[in-house]
Amino acid sequence: MNKRVELKNHQQEIFNFRLRLFISIGFALLLLGILLGRFVYLQAMRHGYYQTLAEKNRISVMPIVPNRGLILDRNGVVMAHNFSGYTLEITPSKVANLAATIDDLAKLVDIEPRDRKRFKKLQAESHNFETLMIRSRLSDEEVARFAAQQYRFPGVEIKARLFRDYPYSDKTAHLLGYIGRINQTDEDRLEENNADANYRGTDYIGKTGLEQYYENELHGTTGIEQVEVDSAGRAVRILSRTPPVSGNTLILSIDAKLQDIAEQAFGDYRGALVAIDPANGEVLAFVSRPGYDPSLFVDGIDADSWKELNDSPDHPLNNRVLRGQYPSGSTIKPFMALAGLFYNMRSPTQTISDPGFYTLPGSSHHYRDWKKGGHGSVDMFKSIVVSCDTYYYGLAVELGIDRIFSFLSGFGFGKKTGIDLEGETSGLLPSQEWKQKRFKQKWYAGDTVSVGIGQGYSLVTPLQLASATATLANGGIGYRPHLVREVKNSSTNEIHKLENKAAFDIKLDPANFDLIKRAMQAVTQPGGTAAQASAGAPYTIAGKTGTAQVVAMKQGEKYDASKMDERHRDHAWFIAFAPVDKPKIAVVVLVENGGHGGGTAAPIARKVMDYYLLGKIPVAPKTTTPAASGVPEVEVD
Amino acid sequence: MTRRQLWQRIVAHLDLPLLAGMSLLMLASLLTLYSASDHNLERVMSQGMNILVAFCCLWIVANLPLHYLMRTAVPIYVAGMLLLIAVALFGEISHGARRWLNIGVATIQPSELMKIGVPLMMAWYFEKHEASLTLRNYVVAALLLLMPVALIARQPDLGTALLISASGFYVLFLAGLSWRVMGGLFVAAIASAPVMWRMMHDYQRHRIEMLFDPSQDALGKGYHTIQGMIAVGSGGIFGKGYLNGTQTHLDFLPERTTDFIFAVYSEEFGMVGNLILLAMYFFVIGRGFVITANASTYFTRLMAGSITLTFATYAFVNMGMVSGILPIVGVPLPLVSYGGTSMLTLLLGFGMLMSIQTHKKLVKS
Repeated sequence: MNKRVELKNHQQEIFNFRLRLFISIGFALLLLGILLGRFVYLQAMRHGYYQTLAEKNRISVMPIVPNRGLILDRNGVVMAHNFSGYTLEITPSKVANLAATIDDLAKLVDIEPRDRKRFKKLQAESHNFETLMIRSRLSDEEVARFAAQQYRFPGVEIKARLFRDYPYSDKTAHLLGYIGRINQTDEDRLEENNADANYRGTDYIGKTGLEQYYENELHGTTGIEQVEVDSAGRAVRILSRTPPVSGNTLILSIDAKLQDIAEQAFGDYRGALVAIDPANGEVLAFVSRPGYDPSLFVDGIDADSWKELNDSPDHPLNNRVLRGQYPSGSTIKPFMALAGLFYNMRSPTQTISDPGFYTLPGSSHHYRDWKKGGHGSVDMFKSIVVSCDTYYYGLAVELGIDRIFSFLSGFGFGKKTGIDLEGETSGLLPSQEWKQKRFKQKWYAGDTVSVGIGQGYSLVTPLQLASATATLANGGIGYRPHLVREVKNSSTNEIHKLENKAAFDIKLDPANFDLIKRAMQAVTQPGGTAAQASAGAPYTIAGKTGTAQVVAMKQGEKYDASKMDERHRDHAWFIAFAPVDKPKIAVVVLVENGGHGGGTAAPIARKVMDYYLLGKIPVAPKTTTPAASGVPEVEVD
Repeated sequence: MTRRQLWQRIVAHLDLPLLAGMSLLMLASLLTLYSASDHNLERVMSQGMNILVAFCCLWIVANLPLHYLMRTAVPIYVAGMLLLIAVALFGEISHGARRWLNIGVATIQPSELMKIGVPLMMAWYFEKHEASLTLRNYVVAALLLLMPVALIARQPDLGTALLISASGFYVLFLAGLSWRVMGGLFVAAIASAPVMWRMMHDYQRHRIEMLFDPSQDALGKGYHTIQGMIAVGSGGIFGKGYLNGTQTHLDFLPERTTDFIFAVYSEEFGMVGNLILLAMYFFVIGRGFVITANASTYFTRLMAGSITLTFATYAFVNMGMVSGILPIVGVPLPLVSYGGTSMLTLLLGFGMLMSIQTHKKLVKS
């Protein structure tokens, strides 16, 4: 490249650059010109319009909070609704001496120490310019008394607000959950989902249970009111109004009366109960005992009540249906029997001889049957009726953990059921892989033995067991358990039925299911482990008892409930469905420290089925207290 | 050294006309901030500190000879890219976007660094290949631009991505990208708009929809636009007077010390005030173009031109969004909005402009 060409290029380049620089200047001028034009338009031509919007009476856009949707049971019984009431509210930034003001207020309206504590907590969580509630649900008299003295309290006002009310209170706390004040975490999530605009003015949001899961349905759409405000910010005239749209009504599959009866049937016992319609997965009753009063949370719980609930040995805040994980005990046996049939490891007629214990080949360790001396010759039918442990120790070992894992997974064990509530736990269905991961150990045959009778590593939630029982009752076709049947649109009144989602399909000869069902029917008749369960019932009941050990027994030690601390007694299980031929209801009952399933859990299930199938209301519910029931006469498993 | 000599030493590499224009804008910033923050002197002092710190950085950069400046291009760019990748992998999520990187002592936003890093790198690249520029070089330069832009757009921070694209595009334009290619790109951009629309996040689409009909979401994002327009429009010809803006003082304006500070200014000083503000911006931009025209090397011409045009773009985008002709993208009003990071980035750019202006004699001689 010679010098002349380079020079020429250079000049050309400078020329090109200058040209583009001029274009750039023109571009910058154009941008400034556009802005100038816009300013002339807004500030000179349309000044009058914006003037009226801003200067004389300023326009304020006010949100109108929608009414939260109702929650009804399957028969239209109200389970959650709103009522309007008066609250006394303080704006801290407008009050000079907060403590003195509250003291003065206490002379007019009843303000308890816990109201003060709650107010302090609210104050710590919010901005000073927000109005904060000091008392809710004022009586008419209190309202009148304060109104007369209001001039003395700048920054304190009475507001009409909607309150959420749960008529069944603690009986439905675990099911419905509760709403609570929107906190920072909720705000962040709302912002992330772009829902913050719709929550302007809303103070409460679903925190747990159905209130949380169906928040989007229940909340509704916030309305907008454009109002003129004077220079002090008071509304003087409404300019336009977009009414709010109330939240949708949830129609549950729950039967409130059934829920109530189930609750009462527990008496003072702790535990869980789930009733499911096997034909579609609709949950009919959802009980976790004890419950708690959800209204404590709605207004913001005070520290003392929280401590009391949280530290209680009864764990009232624990949702046992959803999150309680227990060994399934013998209730797993019908499923194990099906596994034996599925893999052709056992024929129905094949018998074993039960000496009262099982030993692994090449080992002297005795895995004991619950019955000393054994059950003699046992086939599959009898193994369920008498709940023979030895039969299932052997079956489990022959199947091997891999097949047990794969078959029981098919019934949903070890997996979340996907019910329409947050926070479900998945239980534990052990496998070789799991043990390797958890304990860095290989799986031993001895581990399999106890899995056969629902002990060892395996854990189930009452909900899982109920879902599996419903699947069994329905001949292997199971549905995702769900609590909401229909959503009723609040403005159009259109009812949108939620789809029943098929979740399980166990491919097995119907004759095999029949065998197991008949054996389970015999369980509830004389000779079975729950011999009293179907006594006097005009319909047929299939069931299975189970006990979940709370403390482990040493080899050779004997279980004697009367000598044990009450909280160390076994948990009692009873799973059942009825009528046997065309099941309409499947029930799972867990009674914590209830001892034997046939003694404490089965009567509760029976009351639930009697009401659901016959409409029979238990007369003068016999309260079964742990002290009164004591030890079951026969110690069976 | 006499006091006079010391003073001369200090101002030797400062460009006084540019400094005067900037100072006027920053003065407007402090005044408006006092009103916007409801007479909060602390806020004003804090902005004063921001300006002071940023000015020190400006002074250092202005005193750096140009070859030092060029030498920083690659390290800054590479560091910026690594940080952007780190953000994509381990960044903190806040408000649905992954923009911040926690480095223990502080959280940093690497996309800010790239506002300078990208044009710097591209100008450096063109300088390296000045002798024989082919289409291939433009493609490589475009890739240098698109890689960080794609990472930033994915965070998602569409506003910053677009602004960095703009500053990179200005480098390409000034470097002589052929008109035909630009025409082609323009057509391609129009054609790909529907595809872009579908790729956008919901909130981004929302903001664009709001632009056309803010009343649609009067409680949410449209609220900002409506209140901004009311503030500007009600200011009228002469404004409501300093400290008398009703929109401002009745809490109607959101983010009024940062992105929406122009609404406060505009409401209180009116159209006349706006004209003065535009004149100040024009003065600074004009001085930037003079420096660009006088710049002696290819690198400095590209750099100075891009910095000036980018500054003009920021001012336009912010005032455009407050007055309702552009969507709300979260760009501060340059030199006026409250905020340390943007002040620092801007003054670093101006430091480069000053260095370019005051070191060229040495290069020429």
